[in-house]
Amino acid sequence: MNTPYAIGIDVGSTTVKTVLLDVGKHTLSASYQRHFSKVRETVCEKLTQLAAEYPDNPLKVSITGSAGLGLAQAAGLPFVQEVHAAFLAVKERYPSADVVIELGGEDAKIIFLTGGVEQRMNGSCAGGTGAFIDQMATLLDVTVNELDNMALHAEKVYPIASRCGVFAKSDIQPLLNQGARREDIAASIFQAVVDQTVSGLAQGRRIQGNVLFLGGPLSFLHGLRSAFTGTLGLDKEQAIFPDDGRTFVAYGCAVSAAGLSDTYTLAELASMLAKAETQTALVADKPLFSYPEEYQRFWKRHAAHDVKRGDYKTYKGEAYLGIDAGSTTTKMVLLSKDQELLYEYYASNKGQPLDCVKRELETLYEGLSPDCVICGSAVTGYGEDLIRAGLGVDFGIVETVAHFKAATFFCPEVDFIIDIGGQDIKCFQIKNHSIDSIMLNEACSSGCGSFIQAFAVALGYNIAEFSKLGLFAEHPVDLGSRCTVFMNSSVKQAQKDGATVMDISAGLSGSIVKNAIYKVIRARSPEDLGKHIVVQGGTFLNDAVLRCFEREIGQEVIRPAISGLMGAFGAALYAQEKSSGSTTLLSPEQLRRFSYTAKAAACKGCTANCSLSVIRFSDGSRFISGNRCEKGAGKQESQQLPNLFEWKYRHILSLEQQKPQTPSAKVGLPLTLHYYDQMPLWHTFFTDLGFQVVFSEESTRETYYKGQATIPSDTVCYPAKIAHGHMESLLEKGVDFIFYPCMSYNMDEGDSDNHYNCPVVAYYPELLMANCEKLTPQNFLHPYLDLNRPKHVVKVLGELFGRYASKKEIETALRHGFAALEQYRQEIVKQGEEIVRQAREAGKQIIVLAGRPYHMDPEINHGIHKLIASLGLAVITEDSIAHLAQTPCLQALNQWTYHARMYRAAQYVTTQPDMQLVQLVSFGCGIDAITTDEVRRILEDNGKLYTQLKIDEISNLGAIKIRLRSLIAAMEQ
Amino acid sequence: MAYAQFKPEMKKTHTILVPNMLPIHFHLLIKVLEQFGYHMELLESTSRTVVEEGLKNVHNDTCYPALLVVGQFMEALKSGRYDPDKTALLITQTGGGCRASNYIHLLRKCMAEHFPQVPVLSLNFAGLEKGNSLELKPAMVLKMVYCVLYGDLLMTVYNQCRPYELNEGESKQVLEAWQKKLLKLFDGSRYLSAEKVYRQILDDFAAIPRSKKPKLRVGIIGEIYVKYSPLANNHLEDFLISEGCEPVVPTLLEFVLYCAANPETNSRLYDYRNFRTMAFGLGYKFLHKKQVQMIRVMEEHGEFTPPHDFEDLRSAADQYISQGVSMGEGWMITAEMAVLAETGTENIICTQPFGCLPNHIVAKGMSRTIKNTHPNANIVAIDYDPGATRVNQENRIKLMLANAKLHA
Repeated sequence: MNTPYAIGIDVGSTTVKTVLLDVGKHTLSASYQRHFSKVRETVCEKLTQLAAEYPDNPLKVSITGSAGLGLAQAAGLPFVQEVHAAFLAVKERYPSADVVIELGGEDAKIIFLTGGVEQRMNGSCAGGTGAFIDQMATLLDVTVNELDNMALHAEKVYPIASRCGVFAKSDIQPLLNQGARREDIAASIFQAVVDQTVSGLAQGRRIQGNVLFLGGPLSFLHGLRSAFTGTLGLDKEQAIFPDDGRTFVAYGCAVSAAGLSDTYTLAELASMLAKAETQTALVADKPLFSYPEEYQRFWKRHAAHDVKRGDYKTYKGEAYLGIDAGSTTTKMVLLSKDQELLYEYYASNKGQPLDCVKRELETLYEGLSPDCVICGSAVTGYGEDLIRAGLGVDFGIVETVAHFKAATFFCPEVDFIIDIGGQDIKCFQIKNHSIDSIMLNEACSSGCGSFIQAFAVALGYNIAEFSKLGLFAEHPVDLGSRCTVFMNSSVKQAQKDGATVMDISAGLSGSIVKNAIYKVIRARSPEDLGKHIVVQGGTFLNDAVLRCFEREIGQEVIRPAISGLMGAFGAALYAQEKSSGSTTLLSPEQLRRFSYTAKAAACKGCTANCSLSVIRFSDGSRFISGNRCEKGAGKQESQQLPNLFEWKYRHILSLEQQKPQTPSAKVGLPLTLHYYDQMPLWHTFFTDLGFQVVFSEESTRETYYKGQATIPSDTVCYPAKIAHGHMESLLEKGVDFIFYPCMSYNMDEGDSDNHYNCPVVAYYPELLMANCEKLTPQNFLHPYLDLNRPKHVVKVLGELFGRYASKKEIETALRHGFAALEQYRQEIVKQGEEIVRQAREAGKQIIVLAGRPYHMDPEINHGIHKLIASLGLAVITEDSIAHLAQTPCLQALNQWTYHARMYRAAQYVTTQPDMQLVQLVSFGCGIDAITTDEVRRILEDNGKLYTQLKIDEISNLGAIKIRLRSLIAAMEQ
Repeated sequence: MAYAQFKPEMKKTHTILVPNMLPIHFHLLIKVLEQFGYHMELLESTSRTVVEEGLKNVHNDTCYPALLVVGQFMEALKSGRYDPDKTALLITQTGGGCRASNYIHLLRKCMAEHFPQVPVLSLNFAGLEKGNSLELKPAMVLKMVYCVLYGDLLMTVYNQCRPYELNEGESKQVLEAWQKKLLKLFDGSRYLSAEKVYRQILDDFAAIPRSKKPKLRVGIIGEIYVKYSPLANNHLEDFLISEGCEPVVPTLLEFVLYCAANPETNSRLYDYRNFRTMAFGLGYKFLHKKQVQMIRVMEEHGEFTPPHDFEDLRSAADQYISQGVSMGEGWMITAEMAVLAETGTENIICTQPFGCLPNHIVAKGMSRTIKNTHPNANIVAIDYDPGATRVNQENRIKLMLANAKLHA
């Protein structure tokens, strides 16, 4: 009789790991392999293999891992939670470890061992995990190992969103398109993973001592390893990377199994698992097509929308070139003067848009008929500026306008266009032959083309095959309509429940459509969209997506046969329209000599320190991108109107200069949240009482990193997160105490149902006190104040500052404070009036940049106001005009002071023909889910455009620029 | 915005639909309200359509409870089970700086578009929505208070029996029997003899044969709707029982007391007094006395663990956070975590809608300090929203349980 062995089976989201232990807990066999979602098959196969080697040994078993739960339940075998399994393994092998960090395919976990055992895993977000790294490598068109090598040659690190893989992607794309060095991007990706772990997982607990690193990515990526050890400040002894990091959890699982009593043989196990029926809890839809003829008819109807073709090799006469340098793909068309399609090109740009266009242009030139003369060229898309500067393209055109031009060609009466591309969804309504409202996906590229592609690859198919599979699926699964990350787990669950790949393919198509209609367009009913809908973008070439779309809106739409080329097609039409008869496009000769080098630099024009990429072309000229204002581009700031956003910020900062001669103490006031609105009040109050007021530093990315380790909630808004850094900054400056009151209520400005602060603004000091270790009741004063009750405020402050001043003095100081605040408000109004006057004199349009007072923080707004100003528009703020209008009739409870201002400002804008409102919304602001709908309604009901810009810790200025330029284009029409 | 009004005569003609947040309490409540002439029906649909209707009809970033409640109403109205011309909707409103105060507006917005004739009624004690709220007569309020009390007792002892019952389903039978019996008591005035009824309930549950082997006690706290509603929390209580745990769910009266206590707290913090604060002060005293009574009866009976005295919650809160934090469930969440940890229920699931604003502060924000005081506190925050899958939620809960077993 053999003593029983123990086997641990770790079934992760992408891989299966097994470890077989003998009685002395020595590893007899360990394996690691991808399962491509064929979970049960892969496990059984492995067990059968092992059974050949160890046919008769009785063994104890335990299963772990995110995909292992269902399997264990179905087979009636023991399950151990995976973090717990890791914990057991660590106790066995590395008892001296203080912290364990494990990165898996879609999970990230951390275990704190000393000072109170705590085990955590990522919440509903899979950012910063192995799948994320895989995705990023795909984006750069390299293998993960190549990515790792590249990272080792980095010169600088760009800030990349660390919260979510999807955001990171939209951060990286513009960098690529602007020509940033790929090595630097690789390193930045790893840094983002580290940041995600530090802020998202540790949640306010510091990672220190001996740290054990586990999981696939950490076992073979040296760039990632060094990013971790560097950031955490660990030396060689403290950072432990076990050789079997990939199968470590399976080892723990086997250890757990060893403590159980039931035994099986390997063959028994394999057969139990093979028979394990997982329960189905699937929600299925109708098939997309019931029978092949139905599909035939559908196909024919759409095939009718095509263009005439010609051949560029034989064509004689004028031709026009259109280029669409999109986020992941490059499209190019050559049109004859009668709009025949002479040449077309559509391909992934592999992260190198300029090289891609150059190469393709060379191919075009090679075959081009000598009698064909290119008389004009235009470029659109993310890479517009770069391509135009590099290759001498005649015109640049905003994407939205290009798409509109192309759509009109196929359907002159078009009133709604939806374009789903690789990274973005663009929808726009057309009224009176001009673009009326534009909807783009905000800071999130879920539900786009690259999303379905990622799933296709993960399931082991190419995209074309994969989408075809869905057409005749019998039971398309309902996968919901949320973000990719959530979708991952929906797919996982569907697979667990027995959905076929076909069902999943069809389900994903449905998700894309629902996401677009309900999340991006936010349509309430199909009639909202329009009568003549043109759909385009590469994703609509997928018939399953098209079918789902028609079905969801209950109406037939037009899909041009060149659906994927519409941007380029529109650009070519534009080139023809604007053509002077000749072109500045590089000739074949010039093109052959063309080359460029890219370099990263930091702009020193102002405190924003924009990350620039400087591209030097072979003719000596250079192209700079990444800048927010004109300074970065090496130009003088041109004649710009004063910018009220900037004025307010400078004004608040300037207050710090005023201080008493012999201050009694130093009080620290952080540049955060409500202080951006009330600083004049508190500054005057304290200065009056003889204190020196010290502000925290001006926010930068660094400020955020300073406090990052003490943030307990990773889904709170960025303006709140950055407050942690401001606390550190004030303490560094040696203040005697920080004053940061809690305020349920803001000041009552009238004309609203109530005057609350949002919960985060109201109570964030409580959270800071509880989580920033250095804050004490002595150095952090956070009384509860209601500024509408001055008598009570005097009483509370009297208790706090009694030893510095008498009650009378406090009362007077507070009165002065309120007077200063009032004066500041009047000053804002006056400045606003002056800017409006100047703008009208100069005949410029005025943008009301509306948001929260703290959006004036440069790290929070990413310089959007400067960008608007650089586009030739005047910028004023909501609080400079809110007093000019009455609150309109609302469909929401108007109970927050800052929002009440916005509603009134929006109402006023509707009465001013030369004003438009742009609303800034911080990601994660739950209250703006309500206010944005209201502001939109106020504006749109009165024939105004509504533009919303979502901002986060990342700065995707590229997308924001497109929105603003589209807005300008719409305003001009 | 113009919207349908609830006219007094509609009491006779209309069926009022009520979203089901707390199965035991709400069944009792609507039956009792029927005695006052309202015809009500509890919505219990949990089909996928509920979520879909919600997604279609409210901004997707709004909190999950709003989405579910609106979705449930829409599903019901579209199903054809009700005549829209003879149907009204009831929703609770607490007021305050949380966006939840906007639920009723979201619902009206949605009705205006799809069923403009359907009036929306508010149930609130803050004097909001005059004319469109349930007419609160003293006799009715009193009965409602007792519904909460009896509901709380039933829920508490049911949760303490079910995981241990030797004959499966027996606790449920006793529960159902009492739900029926209570209705009869509410017909007359017998419901007022609370102590007697409490004892009978306790005796009946105590008579259920139960195993003595202790199980892991797991506290469920958080945003009120997600904490209680099985639709929102994916049947969390059932899941915990299937994992061999005993769910410990705070009573509804705690939330009522929290709402009653806040005006007084604020008047103290901000130095003012008015009729409202006085009225709420008296209400608080009355309700608290009722809570103390129930706790006393349970202690004397000795078989079951009574709920926490609300005054204990308040002093527990004071160690961590000011009672001035009064938006959403505010300081109460922190206090519940603290009290649970103090009294030996160290394993806590904090449920919340994804992106819940107050919970950033009172739940996730306070975990660290609570763990500092109670190193064995094992708190996991679980987010609920339409996209979050059960697998992920359960996996996280399993991790919490593995931790718990480590300490046990």
